[in-house]
Amino acid sequence: MATPLRNPIVDTDAPVATLHTASASHVTAAHSTAPAGPVTLGAGNPALHPHATGMDLHLRQLSKRYTGVAALDGVDLHVEAGELVALLGPSGSGKTTLLRVIAGLLHPDAGQVLFGRNDATRLSLRERNVGFVFQHYALFKHMTVAENIAFGLRSRPRSKRPDKATIKRRVEELLGLIQLPGFGDRYPEQLSGGQKQRVALARALAIDPTVLLLDEPFGALDAKVRVELRRWLRQLHERTGQTTLFVTHDQEEALELADRIVVLREGRIEQVGTPDEIYSDPASAYVFDFIGRANVLEGEVRGGRFHLPGHARTFSADGVAEGPAKLYARAHDIAPGTTTKASARASPRPTASPTASRWSCTSKARRVRSNSTSPRRRGSPRRRPAATCDWCLCGIGCIRPDVLPPANAGGGREG
Amino acid sequence: MSDVRQRDDLQEPAWLRAILIALAVLAMLALVVLPLLMVLGAAFAKGFGTWLDSLTQPDAVSALKLTLFTVAIVVPVNAVFGIFTAWAVTRFEFRGKQILLSLIDLPFAVSPVVAGLCLVLLFGSSGWFASVLQHYDVKILFARPGIVLATLFITFPFVVRELIPLMQQQGADEELAARSLGAGGWTMFRRVTLPNIKWGLLYGVLLCSARAMGEFGAVSVVSGHIRGLTNTLPLHIEILYNEFDSTGAFAAASLLAGLALITLILKFWLEARHGDALAKSHRRH
Repeated sequence: MATPLRNPIVDTDAPVATLHTASASHVTAAHSTAPAGPVTLGAGNPALHPHATGMDLHLRQLSKRYTGVAALDGVDLHVEAGELVALLGPSGSGKTTLLRVIAGLLHPDAGQVLFGRNDATRLSLRERNVGFVFQHYALFKHMTVAENIAFGLRSRPRSKRPDKATIKRRVEELLGLIQLPGFGDRYPEQLSGGQKQRVALARALAIDPTVLLLDEPFGALDAKVRVELRRWLRQLHERTGQTTLFVTHDQEEALELADRIVVLREGRIEQVGTPDEIYSDPASAYVFDFIGRANVLEGEVRGGRFHLPGHARTFSADGVAEGPAKLYARAHDIAPGTTTKASARASPRPTASPTASRWSCTSKARRVRSNSTSPRRRGSPRRRPAATCDWCLCGIGCIRPDVLPPANAGGGREG
Repeated sequence: MSDVRQRDDLQEPAWLRAILIALAVLAMLALVVLPLLMVLGAAFAKGFGTWLDSLTQPDAVSALKLTLFTVAIVVPVNAVFGIFTAWAVTRFEFRGKQILLSLIDLPFAVSPVVAGLCLVLLFGSSGWFASVLQHYDVKILFARPGIVLATLFITFPFVVRELIPLMQQQGADEELAARSLGAGGWTMFRRVTLPNIKWGLLYGVLLCSARAMGEFGAVSVVSGHIRGLTNTLPLHIEILYNEFDSTGAFAAASLLAGLALITLILKFWLEARHGDALAKSHRRH
């Protein structure tokens, strides 16, 4: 009795609002309301802005090895001008190496880095004109905030150096942009973590970088500041239109902030896509597992269908090799449903974890008490109860490519 | 505020503490302060005039001049090489780094006399470079170059040893940030590196100059003890002492001790005022 899964598009009234999807849709909404033409800082002064808009970025077959271990293994990526891209992965996935190769802090063993049409692979850190924000900010301790921000402009060769008044104006402008006007005379040690981060950003923006690169920009901040700062960074990006890449191991950060996410695994790109795509259409079990909480059911693929041990119900598993497999399902892909008393007794009891209670099947008489974080879900009973079934994985595409042989699927979060 | 004194297990009874502190102070007095006072006492035993006379003798003046000359060359050279070496060790990865680090400590490990003998072996009349030196009529041993070389060798570790832990502590991020903002090598060094290491550098320079002024062993081997020409202040003191001119010897010694005191005061000020800008884990010399 193989019950087909419902089509995700049909199932529009399924309560799918969770924290992650909410964040993701926030991002897309924010992006779509961005001004058509990127607004560059102080665009009135063309002398200060050789790159009025962000530049696009091509990475071709980048490889880098550390003592025989591949940190980057043939990475290809195209970043559009003005895009905000997250490099996401666990530690050891090569995301920081990739960022450092783009910046010129590291030189790749093979491959190319192109800014626009210019091959920057052989250019030094200094020549690349990238804005790099270090994880621990690396502000110049003995300089004031204003001197820090002005450093890039003051370090230019005399012929290209703006005059003092221009530099001063630009510093004021940037202080306003990072919402720290009047902080110019302070020293970095007098600032909080979030303020330091913003000063580091202003310092990087002052040179009108071709791309802005941020290494774990929120890693050293406490949770509350982190959330505020990332909203602020998103707004800032919309104002400046700067091509930006940032490294993070926090999927929530990537989902909320980025236009596109690059998921890395062991030096290779596992998937590139918008937060929505990455979340709802993960290319592999690895991405599925990394991007959000997943329920994993072990079973077997036979005859193109996934069988759960001890259950009659099967799921379509096209394109998955025969043999042991795992089924990955998000909490919101699993809806409360009804089942026959006999099979309910036969079902294994869900464990006591909150996640488990969300996907537990109940008998006809009872409605699931959900521990879901979504208030919408808690209050609204399903208008259209699922058909009688053993396992009510009435989800939206949860079965897609996510039934995978253990060889692929097992790869959790190891480096 | 309550006046409850906490007594933990590490807190010794008051009488024991008092005795231990008194012992330490006594030891310091007996071993350091008393000899210093004796030197000063002996120096001024025959009055201020004699003290001044023995210091204004041509030999004493030339010894002081040679000492200051040596310091004036050795300290800047060791400061510059110290910065280079610290930079190389903390900013690059290369084979044999550990060996280099051990070699930096060699002057501390080797007796100064041995260091002096090495120079004799290299530049002496039957040394490796003897023929070359003879051909170009360059004198290194028993002349100023030998003294400077010996002092350079002995005082090399002071600046490096101060800078390496400091620069390791600070990391390269600020320098990389400066580079990424378009700063050239010199701008980066002048505006980022140097301000970050300046107090540590000064500390190293201070110790280096104190040692350079006082170095005896290695210099004694290579100097040749030519009065008025190759005698540094410590050598001058030894000669006077051996000739039973104790007033002269102690007068010169008091001068050297005075220079050391100034160094000590500067060092104390540096540690008190800019202790946070010095390397936290370095060995205090």
